[in-house]
This record gives sequence, C-alpha cells and structure tokens, in this order.
Amino acid sequence: MSNAVEIYELEKTYEGGTRALKGIELSIAEGDFFALLGPNGAGKSTTIGILCSLVNKTHGTVRVFGHDLDRDRAWVKSQIGVVPQEFNFNQFEPVEEVVINQGGFYGMTRKAAKKRAHELLKQLGLYDKREGMARALSGGMKRRLMIARALVHSPRMLILDEPTAGVDIELRRGMWDFLTQINKQGTTIILTTHYLEEAEALCRNIAIINEGRIVEHSSMRNLLAKLSQETFVLYAREPVESLPEMPVVGSRLIDDETIEVDLTRGQELTGVFDVLRGHGIVIERMKNKTNRLEELFLRLVQDDDEATANEQTGDRA
Amino acid sequence: MSIRSQSEAFDHQGPGDKAVGLTPRGAWNAFMMLLTREILRFGRIWVQTVLPPMIMTALYFVVFGHLIGPRIGVIDGVPYIQYLVPGLILMSVITQSYANSVSSFFGAKFARHVEELLVSPMPNWLIIVGYVAGGVARGLTVGGAVTLVALLFAELSVHSVLNLFGVALMTSILFALGGLINAVYATHFDHISIVPTFVLTPLTYLGGVFYSINMLSEFWQQASLYNPVLYIINGFRYAMLGISDVPVWSTYAILAVGILLAYLYALRLFRKGIGLRG
Repeated sequence: MSNAVEIYELEKTYEGGTRALKGIELSIAEGDFFALLGPNGAGKSTTIGILCSLVNKTHGTVRVFGHDLDRDRAWVKSQIGVVPQEFNFNQFEPVEEVVINQGGFYGMTRKAAKKRAHELLKQLGLYDKREGMARALSGGMKRRLMIARALVHSPRMLILDEPTAGVDIELRRGMWDFLTQINKQGTTIILTTHYLEEAEALCRNIAIINEGRIVEHSSMRNLLAKLSQETFVLYAREPVESLPEMPVVGSRLIDDETIEVDLTRGQELTGVFDVLRGHGIVIERMKNKTNRLEELFLRLVQDDDEATANEQTGDRA
Repeated sequence: MSIRSQSEAFDHQGPGDKAVGLTPRGAWNAFMMLLTREILRFGRIWVQTVLPPMIMTALYFVVFGHLIGPRIGVIDGVPYIQYLVPGLILMSVITQSYANSVSSFFGAKFARHVEELLVSPMPNWLIIVGYVAGGVARGLTVGGAVTLVALLFAELSVHSVLNLFGVALMTSILFALGGLINAVYATHFDHISIVPTFVLTPLTYLGGVFYSINMLSEFWQQASLYNPVLYIINGFRYAMLGISDVPVWSTYAILAVGILLAYLYALRLFRKGIGLRG
C-alpha cells in the first residue's frame, strides 16, 4: 500500500527563534488510522499545520499521496480535510451554511454541497440544528460540525487535532464509531489527542513527538508489546522495613505497607511471593497498576528529555 | 458528495505529471460561494452597512446643499447641490468598498474562519478576487442607495454612462484591495479604523468632494494634485456632469496603476502568508 504522508527532515523555526520541529521523519500508510501523540508544545499542531498549509515550513519535504506539497499544493489541499483543535468557523452563520460554504471553497456547486452537507449533518446528529446559528450549538455539537465541514468534499485524508477535547464520554464514543466507520471506508485518518485511551482504541500506528523530534514511530501493537513489563502493587499485612532481593526487573517500597514490583514476560509472581514469605512478609491483597500506553508514553518522553539533557551537558563539557 | 461532483471540481492530473487543484468550473463555484457569503454577510447587517451612508448623505444634502449651497451659488456652471452629487456618491463607494474588505477579512482572521479558505485548494488570487468582489458588491450597492437618496434632493444627470460605471467599478476594486491589505496587516480591531480615519477620510474630504480646486489658492491647487482621490472624484464628476478639474485619462491612469500595484502587493502578502500563516 502506498503512503498517504511522507515527511523528511521537516524543520520549523518560528519568528523569534523557537524551534518547533527539529528534523521530523514520518510516514503514514494510505488507509491508516494514525495517532500523533506528544505533550503540549511538542510540535504536533505545527506538524499538522504544515500538512494543512496553515504553517510555512522552514526546511524539509512533505509528500501527500505521492505529491510534493510545495509543487502540488492546491491538489494536496483538495485531498485533505481538517478538524482543528479550536473552533474556527463563523459562529454567526447558520449551521448548514458553514458546511455548504466549505464545499464551495473546494469547488463544489451549491446544490452538490448542500446535498452532501445534509447527509453529513444527519450522520453526525446535527440535521435538526441545520438552520440555527452555529454559535447556539453546544461544545460537542460544534466539534461534530467541524467534522462534517472537513468531510464535505470527501477527502482521502482526514486530520483531527484533539477532536474530542471537552466532549462528554457518550458523545466521544459516538465520534469514535463514526471515525472508525469512515476509516473502514478508506479514509486515512491522522489524529492528535491527549486521551491516550482514544489513540489505543482507534489507531493502528502511532508516533510520539517530543520537543520537535519523533521519539517513537511504530505500530500500536508493537508499542504495546514493549509493555511486556507490567507493574503490580502489593499491600503487606504488616509494615515492611526493607525489601529483599527478588527475581524481578525492579521493586520498590512506596510506603511501609505498599510494594511495587516490575515483571517482564516470563517472570512469575509466585517467585515474588516465595521470597517475600521467606522474609516474613505476608501480602494481603494486590492489583495490576494501570500500565499501558500512558505509562509508555511518559517513559518515552522522560527518556528523551533525559537524553536531551545529557547531550546538552556533554555539549557544555 | 458524489464522485461526479468531485471530479468536476478537481483536476487530478494536469499537463505533464503536475497535479493541479480546482478546475475552471470548480474555481468559479468557489468564487461564487465566497461572493455570495460576502453579500449575505453585509446584507444581514444592512442597518450597519447600507442605512448609515444613506442617512449621512441626506444630511450632507440638507446642510451643504439646501442650507449653505444657495450662498455658494454655482460651480463650473452647475448649481452647488448638483455639484455635490458625484462626490457624495463616490465617497460612499470608496468608504464602503474599503470597509467591507477590511472588516470582513479581519473578522475572519480574528475568528480564525479564514482558515476555511487557507486550507482549501482556492489559489491566493481567487481568495483576493472573492473578497474584492464582496467589497465591490457593497460599494456599488451603497453607491446605488445613495444615488436614490440624491434623487430626493437634486436633479441627476449622466454625461457618460460608460465612464460612470467604469470609474465606479474601478474605484470600488481599488479600495476593496486597500481594505484587504489593511486587514492582512491588522492584528487588533484598532488597526482596521486607523487608515479609514487618518488617511482615507482626509484624502476624500480634500479630494474635491465639496469644491473645485479652482476655488483654492495656487499653492493648495498644486498640493491637491498630489492627492490621488482628487483624480478619482473628478473622473466620476465628469461622467455625471461633464466637468472636471483634471483630464479624464488621468483618472483611469491612477485607478489602473493603483489596482495593479495593490493587487500585486496583496498577492505577495498572501503568498508569503504574512499575517495569515505561521
């Protein structure tokens, strides 16, 4: 399958000297549901802004469906639909006009744009609101309106920047179902989100960006496989003074009755219990600490921060 | 959207291997959508956009035409109240064309819905033409409304229909472009009123709306010749009354050069993304 997006050595330095992107390399397959994760200010929105032609790049190459962004910009734009992080439609226009106008800007006739707008507004549960002013919609409805607007010209690729921010759980699930459905129909989807659960539930591939660099780029399955290390929280019946040596990757005393142990694949909890029992420590209960994407994300970002700090220290030395 | 309608809008493959954006038909649809949106926008707020210039013009006719005019008598063989008409109409065209572009585009920037256009395959020139057409539509609509008001106070005459529409159209294009450039640079609401207040209004008032430069001293006559608005207003006065302080060709020269320079400058701003793209 060909690539929907190919990015090489992408750099962006804003006026004032802020280096938002420091040589990003990224490829996203056509038909993928791709997550771009990163802490605030990592460069996610800048990367997306460059893809959507809202931000000028400083250096690098961007190809969309095999076409160079600089060379075939108008064509590339025609293939992309964008749902930005902040509401960016005219709040003083009727709901359907927001969608119809956008269809027109992509070259559709008013008739075709209106037909398509009505289809989308029905699918997204906004049809009854179509004649009301956009400003009267709730936050969740405004998000859905932006999705309808982005899809009016039937783009091959949909880019969503934090699409479910501020949306309640029920609506979020509904939007997930909708996005999954259009992805199955062939639309490539790129998603940035703070909800790691969202990325885990929806996306097949993932890139993690930190301080303008890609620190991880792999399939969600491979990434989660790195979580072969799991952490368990054990609660002792009596206070524990010190921990004995245990057959695990790591162990620590959180407080005098709480122990955390990290196990990799192949290591067993029975060995831990045996050692603890041998030292007179009785475990009353235990739980599996939440340890999936969120933990991995934090670990990767933390590792990258430390590496950067070490590089800087090395530079100074 | 059906596959058919999309294929009409986009050229997936242009000459050679270069993929292009909108087809001519798609570009026309995009232009019409933008123009319609602009017309609906100023139409929805007609109390703010169309009515005030009509009232202001009526007041000018009452004060300058009826109360002061009889004391002035005639200028270049034309009663003063009739002499005022072309200047007042064109003043409305100038201010309204400018106001529409500057307020609409800055509003779109401020509320960020300008991004709807920036992410679309509309080329920069088409976005500029769309906004300018919106400014022209408002300028000419208000110009027409002011002409109706003028009919209540003065006898209207048309010396040259071609020049009348030619000068009005070119004037509205020029000032709509000016408003657009102003809006691109503006970062605060204050910035969209600075040029109209401190540049446009003085140039218009001193551009011969209310008088002939022949009534001025030699020094001020010469100084007035550096005011481009003088040429525009006199060209329009010639179209209506057949009299002008300057040759008509100079009106068209000023307008044509102004439009060309303003368009190229606006295009450069859009291409570089100044005030528009990060």
